[in-house]
Amino acid sequence: MNKKQIFIFQLVFTLLVCSFLIIPVFLSVLAGITQNFFVGIKSGFTIRWIVEVLDLYSETIYLSLIIAITCLFVTLIMGIPAAYVLARIGGRISRFIEETIVLPVAVPGLAIALALIIIYGGYRDFRSSWYFILVGHVLFTLPFMVRSVLAVLSSTNFKELEEGAASLGAPFWTRFSTIVLPNIKPGILAGSLMVFTLSIGEFNLTWMLHTPITKTLPVGLADSYASMRLEVASAYTLIFFIMIIPLLLCMQYLSKDKNKN
Amino acid sequence: MQKETTSISLKSCGKTFKDGTRALEEINLDISGGETVVLLGPSGCGKTTLLRIIAGLEEPDKGGQIIFNNEDVSKLQIEKRNVGMVFQSYALFPNMNVKENIGYGLKVRKLDKVQIDKRVSEMLNMMHITDLSFRNIDQLSGGQRQRVALARAIAVRPRVLLLDEPLTALDAILRDRLRVEIDILLRSLGITAIYVTHDQSEAMALGDRIVVMSDGQISQVGTPRNVYFNPANEFVADFIGTVNRIHANNLENFNSFKEKELLFRPDDIDIVEKKNCHFTGKVKASFFLGEKTRLIVNLNSKEEITVEGKFKDEYKIGSEIALRINTDALIKLPK
Repeated sequence: MNKKQIFIFQLVFTLLVCSFLIIPVFLSVLAGITQNFFVGIKSGFTIRWIVEVLDLYSETIYLSLIIAITCLFVTLIMGIPAAYVLARIGGRISRFIEETIVLPVAVPGLAIALALIIIYGGYRDFRSSWYFILVGHVLFTLPFMVRSVLAVLSSTNFKELEEGAASLGAPFWTRFSTIVLPNIKPGILAGSLMVFTLSIGEFNLTWMLHTPITKTLPVGLADSYASMRLEVASAYTLIFFIMIIPLLLCMQYLSKDKNKN
Repeated sequence: MQKETTSISLKSCGKTFKDGTRALEEINLDISGGETVVLLGPSGCGKTTLLRIIAGLEEPDKGGQIIFNNEDVSKLQIEKRNVGMVFQSYALFPNMNVKENIGYGLKVRKLDKVQIDKRVSEMLNMMHITDLSFRNIDQLSGGQRQRVALARAIAVRPRVLLLDEPLTALDAILRDRLRVEIDILLRSLGITAIYVTHDQSEAMALGDRIVVMSDGQISQVGTPRNVYFNPANEFVADFIGTVNRIHANNLENFNSFKEKELLFRPDDIDIVEKKNCHFTGKVKASFFLGEKTRLIVNLNSKEEITVEGKFKDEYKIGSEIALRINTDALIKLPK
């Protein structure tokens, strides 16, 4: 085989793998806007299912957004100082704490959810509010914020920059807000996008933690599939894509920007 | 520009790090107002730690005191000490341009905008970097960064200026040029300055006094001449300049010397006619350096010395030369 043939072979193989992954998604989206999925495209397009989803499940969309935004806010408040302190201490203790924070990512979501229910399930009001889901989401997403901020912190010589600012008369909070924060912005941004997308799409934990009145988008999606409303579920997926794809593109763009530097 | 100067007095300032490393023995040092003092020593000798203690970035061990004029500043954090500091890596803020970097200390001090602008342009002028005003830090060369760092440190009119190996990161030619600039700058400001370096020629050129340090202790304090010509001990003699050492009883005409071991600088030895010589040796290597020639000479006693001078003749490797020490210039170490 010459080089060209090898290239074509590889290209075809890659396209096959891609289509294996993409076609179901594409079909699902198509189903969401087709009159009758079993008849096919000839039955015509419609936005009926999307409207129906918005009717039935708009609450879950709002709740997902609210939880994602609150989760982002909490991880910012907790994650940035945590990363800063970890970077300052350094050494073995810092690494140990970092690993501990990352643990919830490694442990199956169901196990964490169970643990949360066992410990806090008795507090009725808390159990039945969306704050309960929020706690799970924060546990799950915090390591992503901490890690991405920590990565940027350790790639800047922030200690020396801070010393420079201190020598010019800046007290701690001035240094932190005018020197440290602006210089770790790329890490904060990357972490934020990560936390937001993960929180919106989180299913494992949320499935266990939700109640009938605190359903998030992915839980609603599972419901609609389970109730065999394929076209509604598909329209639902479409809405989810519309929400999540711009965020994913942003993330991609940011990481490209970082590589350039 | 600045009339009032600040004297610095260190009283038993030692430093033991948390892990138990003893970085600095108890140091006592007086620096008068307007003086430029260079802390010189090999890496790990504690010179940077001492500078950081003066700056307020490190706290001395219990009992240590730092006094600016008559004020005890030992307990003051760096941001309250009003010191200007130039870091080895410059520590310029990447999120600000040149102008904002220089103005940072003034902004923190809440000066009004007109005043800040005026002072910043003064500084830009003084350091000849006005055309760089709006550049980002990553668009600057090493030498330009150095100038910005200096301007930023001076802009706040600090009581003392602390420089931590400011030229180490630059190439040789730039280093020489900036050394001259820094020298002129420090003299025109008349500010008390403490300059840390491991480069002895930098120390000689800049210091009113040199503090030679080794192993966390001060080996000698003195003017550059004093330290060069009258080193207090072997460490100083070896660290500053090149020193030749030979045993007197290995010499052919040794009766004129009392000392057992003779220490002398490479340029304190002349090539003479054989009848006047102290000893002879064979040229092992020869380097023509332009303003002078350096010869490495193997003595008959197998000792090796370095000889420097403006020799007209070229000495071939292997040729025998007769040498005479300038006996007035022998280095005498205190017993």
